[in-house]
Amino acid sequence: MRRTGVSAGGLGLCSCQACGLVSRPEDSIGSARCPRCDARIHIRKPDSVRRCWALLIAAYILYLPANLLTIMETGSLISYRKDTIMSGVVHLWKSGSWAIAAIVFIASIMVPLFKLIALTILLVSVQRRSTWWPTQRAKLYRMVELVGRWSMLDIYVVTILAALVQIRSLATVKAGGGAIAFGTVVVLTMFAAQEFDPRLIWDPLRKESDV
Amino acid sequence: MTIHPKPLIACRECDLLLREIPLLPGGTACCRCCGAALYRNSPDSLDRTLALVLAATVLFIIANVYPIMGIEIQGTRNATNLYGAVHALWDQEMRSISFLVFMTTILLPAIELSMMIYILLPIRLRLLPVGIPLILRILQSIKPWGMVEVFMLGVLVSLVKLTDSSSIIPGVALWSFGGLTLMLAAVASSFNPRDVWEHLEIGIGEEVFK
Repeated sequence: MRRTGVSAGGLGLCSCQACGLVSRPEDSIGSARCPRCDARIHIRKPDSVRRCWALLIAAYILYLPANLLTIMETGSLISYRKDTIMSGVVHLWKSGSWAIAAIVFIASIMVPLFKLIALTILLVSVQRRSTWWPTQRAKLYRMVELVGRWSMLDIYVVTILAALVQIRSLATVKAGGGAIAFGTVVVLTMFAAQEFDPRLIWDPLRKESDV
Repeated sequence: MTIHPKPLIACRECDLLLREIPLLPGGTACCRCCGAALYRNSPDSLDRTLALVLAATVLFIIANVYPIMGIEIQGTRNATNLYGAVHALWDQEMRSISFLVFMTTILLPAIELSMMIYILLPIRLRLLPVGIPLILRILQSIKPWGMVEVFMLGVLVSLVKLTDSSSIIPGVALWSFGGLTLMLAAVASSFNPRDVWEHLEIGIGEEVFK
């Protein structure tokens, strides 16, 4: 088995998530503060798994309206259409903008789905105290944090179009209810990723090597 | 307990306890357990970051004042700047989305830039601004929520969507958003909060530790 070393938490030391200083918490658990920057410090983020699950389940529930409801209504003299995220991508693809269709598909459909599935895998494996592929799971978590923000893309597109295409009777664009659900999914999954404590991935391995 | 010359550090991602080693300029230390980046040695990082932050601030102001782009359909024109877009959504009863866009593209980037100037400019002038620990903490917590680069991609996607139905007049802010995206990426890669902590410890020694 690979050498994983000793964790700071295993020795009762606590590293500050804000400034990185390693210190021994003197106060009782929960009220300790970093001696250098005065941030609250915890050996592990408190209730990380439970909070992450709560945010993630809320995101799963809102994922349905986010994809089924209208995100944008476009009206002009000759036509009127309501677009969900997917129908918007299809419309882009059919009109020949393949590259943009691919970007929107990745940012709005693949990325949120990837985040939901990846966080579920991380949470389940941490709860089962799994020792399965820790390096890969750590990389998965890094990727979740890295790509999360890009799903805001569609929200910005709707914002710009709704503000710009307001030419009385000729062409109008309105944001739809799906945008609210979609924006909420993005925010919830970003909070969920922040609540997750990646150090939990490594704890079971260290416990094994301590014995 | 023996006193070691090199401070202890713990990996942010896997909590492995390690002892700091000196790095060559430009080097990065990585955790030997999980591979996460631990710290960097970037000489002059504070000065370079200050220069980039000042450039980014100028671009940020231009990007917010001038129109991003305008469209023309059958002789009728309409143009908007960023705040105008936020305002239009607010008027369409999409208040939560309008608020989200306002926070991620205007307010939080503005706070981030002004806080960085507040920290870096006095350090450059050999002064010590008050409240640095709090400000560094705020900076760290708002960092994931500034999304100027995603907004920039959103602008490009909107451009493509509009080219079919109307002629587009690119605005000054379009170019400044492009520049701002590059500047903010450079700021993020050159800013090293560790250097600020080191500076503080050299500057006031024990005072930080009460």
